[in-house]
Amino acid sequence: MDFLIFQAPMLMVQATMDGLVIGIIFALVAYGMALQWGVMNIINIAQGELVIMGGYIAYFLYIAGIHPAFGVLLSPIIMFFVGVGIYKLVINKVVDRDLFISILATFGISILAQQLMNFAFGADVVVADSGFGTLMMFDNSVVLPMSKLFSASVCIISAIILVAYMKRSKLGRAIRATAQNARAAKILGVDTEKVYAATFGINAALCGIAGACVAMTFTLHPYTGLPYTIRSFMIVIIAGLGNLPAVAVSGMGLGVFEEWSDYLLGTEFRIAAVFSLLVIILVYRRFKLARKREYLK
Amino acid sequence: MNKNTLLYAGLIIFGLAGAFIFPAYKLQLSFLYILIVLAMTWDVQGGQMGYNTFGNILFFGIGMYICSSVQIGMFFDLGEWTDAGGEKTFVHTTPQFFQGLAVGLVMAAIIPTLIAGIIGYGILGLRGHYFAICTLALGIAAGEIAGGIEIIGAGQGMTVPVWPKDFGSNELSSEFFYYLSFGLAVTTFAVLRWAYSTRFGLVLNAIRDNEDKAESMGINTMRYKIIGWMVSAFFVGLAGGIMGHINGYIEPTEIAFAGPTFGVFMVLMAILGGKGTLWGPLVGAVIFHLFKEGFWTYFLGWQYVALGVLIVVIVVYFPEGLMGWLREKYPERFGEVIDEADRKAQVELK
Repeated sequence: MDFLIFQAPMLMVQATMDGLVIGIIFALVAYGMALQWGVMNIINIAQGELVIMGGYIAYFLYIAGIHPAFGVLLSPIIMFFVGVGIYKLVINKVVDRDLFISILATFGISILAQQLMNFAFGADVVVADSGFGTLMMFDNSVVLPMSKLFSASVCIISAIILVAYMKRSKLGRAIRATAQNARAAKILGVDTEKVYAATFGINAALCGIAGACVAMTFTLHPYTGLPYTIRSFMIVIIAGLGNLPAVAVSGMGLGVFEEWSDYLLGTEFRIAAVFSLLVIILVYRRFKLARKREYLK
Repeated sequence: MNKNTLLYAGLIIFGLAGAFIFPAYKLQLSFLYILIVLAMTWDVQGGQMGYNTFGNILFFGIGMYICSSVQIGMFFDLGEWTDAGGEKTFVHTTPQFFQGLAVGLVMAAIIPTLIAGIIGYGILGLRGHYFAICTLALGIAAGEIAGGIEIIGAGQGMTVPVWPKDFGSNELSSEFFYYLSFGLAVTTFAVLRWAYSTRFGLVLNAIRDNEDKAESMGINTMRYKIIGWMVSAFFVGLAGGIMGHINGYIEPTEIAFAGPTFGVFMVLMAILGGKGTLWGPLVGAVIFHLFKEGFWTYFLGWQYVALGVLIVVIVVYFPEGLMGWLREKYPERFGEVIDEADRKAQVELK
């Protein structure tokens, strides 16, 4: 058998390790998407642009001579306000409308954000070099950059903090109540408008953290946002809304799938593989449900 | 003579004479006809059937690639052609060009139609936003895959066959494609106008209004959904084939499978004009084209910013579109009979 998959087992181990680590970053973005989808019932196509925007904040810290790792602290704060701003301008007008309206409106925001970032930051591919070393494993045949490990731990920690916050705090309770039944929450005195704004802000902040990690581990470019949206959408439909362990597992699974297809098919088909996988998963689920005369809701 | 006949006659005369009245705008007008086809075929899904698709761009790109590849491949080696890039060492003679174009356009119509039929069975079972996102992914995946295939030029793209010089000047070429795209737009309009007036149109509307109910009334909804998509794919594929020639160059993600431009344009045009109406997408396409050309000319560089703002504004504040607004304002003109007493009663209730 002359398949690439059997030729270099160590490279496959490498791809798997990379995939697991970057999958955690995808899972964080997907958690933000699950949050806003569950609470506000909107699908945000501009999710990926929020990630890239957060990444540029870390990049500018790097340019200014500050270590980009501080980006994971600064960029969620800035992105929270960006998110609230986007909510106040556009999202609050589409919240209780048809889902397609929100898809199209956020598609518009995505095009707008891409173009504005292109003006502001230029069309070059940039990376914020973290200067962390690399970790050698298995007789130096598998390389794990410390920046990836750092990013993964940051994402795990922020997810844990968020879960605790959602469980304990008053705002978290209000968000969960709104997700269960917005009308009932309103009657019982929850300011749903504020809850929605906060949810979108938290989502943007999560994207900001993920973006800062992306800036350190991958590259940034104004037009590369859409794959992050599709990835998070895919993770959410596999894992379901509000199932955090499943989100983490399917995020890592997606990461591994991506690294493998990158290695086996070639880098030029990496994005194509992600997008095709989404189509395949949706069609598979549709046929599975059609046997019970149901459809994806 | 009634008003409608006058309107149709006027539009057709305008179209036929347009190439000579506005010789400088021939290219723009042929572009407009392509946009009209895209908007009207999007409306078959988005407006009449209630399936908001981002994926019709798939058939546009496939048609574009198929048409040129067939036209080249019939007489030359396709791989050598794309390797040569911009160098025009291969030149079609006049009969070769037209034979190739005819076969190419036929293939550009048939193959997307078949593809729509095959993938439609899987994808049209999805509903609502799942359908929208799935088709969005489909279009982008197609663009990325086309960008990785060597024989059609990979990410570099390919040139389309040049117009045979011994047949006529470049002026004649733009007139030829002007009438080709005009003919396509007229055919699309006529076919859809006829289709909407039959049982087919009624079934599409029934699917939009309540698919489960339509199915329980004994309609095989899946069959109608697939046929609807195949009709769209047929015309969009042809439009793609012609667009390749108007443009003169094919590139995978910016022109052929251009999700952020044509893929969104078609949705936007239909919504701007008023989706679910016969005339809406046409009117929307004309307005959108004027707007777009204005911006592309006077605010070059800011056009995508304007596009993003336009999408948000239309979707948020103007989702019914122009025809919807007119219908609200002058219901009588749309053949709706209003019972004054009933209307007053409703107003009082409010």
